[in-house]
Amino acid sequence: MLTKFAGVVIIAIWGFVFPSILLGLSKVFHPKNPTPTKLLTYECGLDTQGDTWVQFKVSYFMYALIFVAFDVETIFLYPWAIKFQSLGLFAIVEMFIFIAILVVGFWYAWKEGALEWM
Amino acid sequence: MQIFIDLANWLRAWILGMGISTTATELILTAVWTLVVILFVLINLIVLVWIERKSSAFMQQRRGPNRLGPAGFLQFPVDIVKVLGKEDITPAAADKFIYKIASTCAFVTAIVAIAVIPFGPGMVLENLNIGIFYFIAIGSTATLSLLMAGIASNNKYSFIGGMRTVAQMISYEIPMVFSLLGVVMLAGSLNLTDIVASQKNMWFIVPQCIAFIIYFISTVAETNRGPFDLAEGEQELVAGYFVEYGGIRWAIFMIAEYGNLVAVCAIATIMFLGGWNAPFGLTFLPPFLWFMLKVYCMIFLFMWVKWTYPRIRIDHLMHFGWKFLIPVSLANIVVTGIGIYVYRMITG
Repeated sequence: MLTKFAGVVIIAIWGFVFPSILLGLSKVFHPKNPTPTKLLTYECGLDTQGDTWVQFKVSYFMYALIFVAFDVETIFLYPWAIKFQSLGLFAIVEMFIFIAILVVGFWYAWKEGALEWM
Repeated sequence: MQIFIDLANWLRAWILGMGISTTATELILTAVWTLVVILFVLINLIVLVWIERKSSAFMQQRRGPNRLGPAGFLQFPVDIVKVLGKEDITPAAADKFIYKIASTCAFVTAIVAIAVIPFGPGMVLENLNIGIFYFIAIGSTATLSLLMAGIASNNKYSFIGGMRTVAQMISYEIPMVFSLLGVVMLAGSLNLTDIVASQKNMWFIVPQCIAFIIYFISTVAETNRGPFDLAEGEQELVAGYFVEYGGIRWAIFMIAEYGNLVAVCAIATIMFLGGWNAPFGLTFLPPFLWFMLKVYCMIFLFMWVKWTYPRIRIDHLMHFGWKFLIPVSLANIVVTGIGIYVYRMITG
């Protein structure tokens, strides 16, 4: 098992090396002539106004919260999905109760307007 | 393709013959095959970009590229050479380090996601027993590199593009994961090779057709392709998270994007379309070619959708994901569970 994940690390290393080769090749060929105007932030010809790294609206993070709840649920659902054919009725009923609890939470978030993009 | 497996066995015997331990041999082989897969994806990219440009031209009653090579086939290789010679600009206001590594990170996530995909019997880089779960886990990290690009550029268009990408990708992640769950319940395994093997008699698109449609819609959103390409909506955000990127860094983003497209289409083929199993017993083509044929059909479907539908609004997109796809995909799991239980009760 460990050998297999070592293989994944090797693939990831290749993933880093290959773009580096492309970037290196490009470094050999491309001209290098930066001027202050060229390095300005591109905003369709106008100078940029104000700060870009601002605080983002809070409703955006509501999605993230609900996402975390659902994502944790999937971690529980996958082992269940593999084994539920051999576990019988008990496993099905139990998981439906689990999903039902989540649906109640989802319904509450929906009712409170957390799913509205404004 | 038996020839690849023979080649692997020959290479393994050759490296073992030099007195290297078994573990090291496997790792060296992995490195070699990874290079082969990267090159394979790049060759695919040439074909895919050509198909995309030609089919979009056909749908819009244009000609598309038609100067270089037969029917403009060499346009993309020439574009690569052009891109290599473009100046590499880092905006003065950008967060330099993150700006520079963002494109590389996008490529890493794409190639690491491809690692578990079996292209044919035995033709898989790492045959992990948690295959599909691994794919979902890696696929969700693709969001990060786009957010890195969006925020590090220090550009308002990029910033909004990056934020939209995250919102869109986490919203459509859930229906995608739930739609794949139905297949896992039928197959009883997370290993992709096992899942393909369990579709020998019936493709899972037949019992899981709703899941397939949900998977298709949510992966269109996951790969940021039209009609859900709000993150890079050209008319409003110029190019979204890669406004500031140019030259080879932009090209690496594009390679990663097409790599992701190949990966999600391959997963759709494995999970729903029977992988390398030949339909109706038509086994005159080797399994590898059947697999690629199905993947290309899926990719063409993606392109067809992209060039047919207009881009939708961001609030409609989020509402569709949360208020329609998630309830439907949850209902699909419940129905599948009851269906399998009833079926097993009837058949004993």
